[in-house]
Amino acid sequence: MSRLVVAWLATLMLLGAPVHMATAQSSKAVSETAVHDVAAQLRCVVCQNLSVADSPSEMASQMRAIIRERLAAGESPADVQRYFVDRYGEWILLSPPRRGFNLLVWLLPLAAVVVGLAATAALVWRWSHRPHAARAMPVVDPAMSERIRRELERES
Amino acid sequence: MKRLWRWLIPLAAVPVLALLAYGFRVSPRDIPSPLVGRPAPAFALATLGGAPLDLATHRGKVVVVNFWASWCYPACYEEAPVLERNWRGYRDRGVVVMGVDIQDKREAAEKFVGDLGLTFPVAQDLKGTVSVDYGVYGVPETFFLDRQGRIRLKHVGAVTDEVFQTTVDRLLAEAPAQ
Repeated sequence: MSRLVVAWLATLMLLGAPVHMATAQSSKAVSETAVHDVAAQLRCVVCQNLSVADSPSEMASQMRAIIRERLAAGESPADVQRYFVDRYGEWILLSPPRRGFNLLVWLLPLAAVVVGLAATAALVWRWSHRPHAARAMPVVDPAMSERIRRELERES
Repeated sequence: MKRLWRWLIPLAAVPVLALLAYGFRVSPRDIPSPLVGRPAPAFALATLGGAPLDLATHRGKVVVVNFWASWCYPACYEEAPVLERNWRGYRDRGVVVMGVDIQDKREAAEKFVGDLGLTFPVAQDLKGTVSVDYGVYGVPETFFLDRQGRIRLKHVGAVTDEVFQTTVDRLLAEAPAQ
């Protein structure tokens, strides 16, 4: 009986071991994504047009190490971002925060689309209503059309 | 109505042109530092010679923290003699100059210090934590700290005698820390 229990326990442990290893590995992978998620929001300070996640520069790799250290110390991604903003200003954020003057950046394109759609709709409405008037408009003098017909006949 | 439209369309370009005129005058490299006016981040490093270099021990003095690298040519090579000259000139008046070497190799840093004959303390920031604490985005960058340990000026690019002396004289003229 007890031998059976031991055998069962051994089997369970063997089955459990890879599961355990897998979870340990996946938690490491998650922290790598967490580092990437924070780094992707930050502008690389030496190259300026890349994110800290994408830049191969030494500065960016040091910054990724700092992000990893801070996350490992228990800081939230927002805390880490605040740490960088405190030192570099909002400049370091690749997308401006949606408040204050920055809202213009988010709202102007929307406003432009709305105004453009309204203008297009108005123009389409005008064009689709004009033909009636246009058809009624040309009043050709019968004498003139008769003269044109005669001249055309003479030409041919 | 037609006349109005004829004016309105070119007029619509005016705000766009104004924005571009403003945008092209501003250098994207001039990044305002939010640290100016705030207490300087503390750091404790070791100099190339192995001596401790702790900012906290220099409280009460005017401190000039210079971030440089041996690969930063020519700006760092231009300003190093300026820093050395002024360090010698001001050290007896309660001014400390310290160099923080970033993203560099030890041998290259030692050669730089030897070639240029620098005598002020120089330490390496191997992990980049001090440079990020100071919001450094390139070399050279120089921070002038007052006697209360606050950052009063961030200078981007090679330091000149004029920048060094006017800033340090102004900070020295202020009341000493209590």
